[in-house]
Amino acid sequence: MIGLTALTQRTRRTLLDAYLPFPPQSGGREICARAGFALAVICLLIFSAFFSSDVFAIDPLPFKDRAEEVRFQHLAKQLRCLVCQNLDLADSDADLAKDLRKQVFEMMQSGKSDDEIKQYLVARYNDFVLYDPPLKPGTWLLWFTPFALVGVGAFVVAGILRRRSRAAPPDSISPPDPGEDW
Amino acid sequence: MSSVAGDSSLFTRLLPFFGFVALVALLGFGIYWNTHHEMTEVPSPLIGKPAPAFTLPLLYEPEKTLSASELLGKPYLLNVFGSWCPTCQYEHPILTGQIKPLGIKLIGLDWKDDPEDAKRWIAQFGNPYDALITDREGRAGIDFGVYMAPETFLVDAQGIVRYKRIGMFTAENIRDELLPKIAELTGKHAKKGAP
Repeated sequence: MIGLTALTQRTRRTLLDAYLPFPPQSGGREICARAGFALAVICLLIFSAFFSSDVFAIDPLPFKDRAEEVRFQHLAKQLRCLVCQNLDLADSDADLAKDLRKQVFEMMQSGKSDDEIKQYLVARYNDFVLYDPPLKPGTWLLWFTPFALVGVGAFVVAGILRRRSRAAPPDSISPPDPGEDW
Repeated sequence: MSSVAGDSSLFTRLLPFFGFVALVALLGFGIYWNTHHEMTEVPSPLIGKPAPAFTLPLLYEPEKTLSASELLGKPYLLNVFGSWCPTCQYEHPILTGQIKPLGIKLIGLDWKDDPEDAKRWIAQFGNPYDALITDREGRAGIDFGVYMAPETFLVDAQGIVRYKRIGMFTAENIRDELLPKIAELTGKHAKKGAP
């Protein structure tokens, strides 16, 4: 679906290009070619819209306005489908995902905040239901190991550099020799 | 580089090797972990917490209901199944042959299923359950954090969830997981007279 979205964006840009004002010297033939191309792109756009995830995976829910729908989509993207665990709730076509979408929608209708809805799901399905693991003692290792590794790496590099500059004879440090064997 | 290497200690020269060994160890652990754990299993946050309240219609008498509060006082197993679920068919003879003889109350929760299909299914394979309730919409299932079938919850006499089995029971996990948990609840004697 990501690939398709990217494709859609690209075709959208191409469509814009096709409508860009033509340079004054361009002939009628080029205009025809551009118009034909634009038409082809429009067909492709319509075609790809049918398969883009926003339209395809979501069962029709009676949103009261666009803002609510955007909020719903945003929330569903942060929640994991438990059946197909590599998909988010917005993209999954699993039966349970449909039920959970309905549940999320109804909770939104009853005025629950995004955090309350997430809390509701976490209480039943564990932190796993969140795509981003929350920051807490159990996930410190997960969140901070990359930074710790970068820190260790910097420390090692600094140590090596310090030792090298100490080992090298003082006059060879500056200016750096262009032919240095690095 | 060569002049630097000459000065550095043995430890520093072996540092890349240690790094490599650490990576191999990490990889080995990853392989071990993946082969010894079901990676799609989501541990239930309900363990040690009260079972969610439910009041659900009985499969055979839909006008009557059974609620979680009525089940307090004795431990029970809540087996989530559906006639649409192939694994439940595999699990069914194990429920009949190995779980039922344990004498613990066995409640069947027919999850996201047409009651008529469930009745046919039970008629075909037999009924190991002490009570059968239906959750057609799957609401109670969501409250229990059910995401596949079969799933089975062990709830103690106080209504606390003690154990959850995701997927079907096998002779091994009954022996290694379920029996010890039941023994904890019933005080050493896993086997009690059937009610």
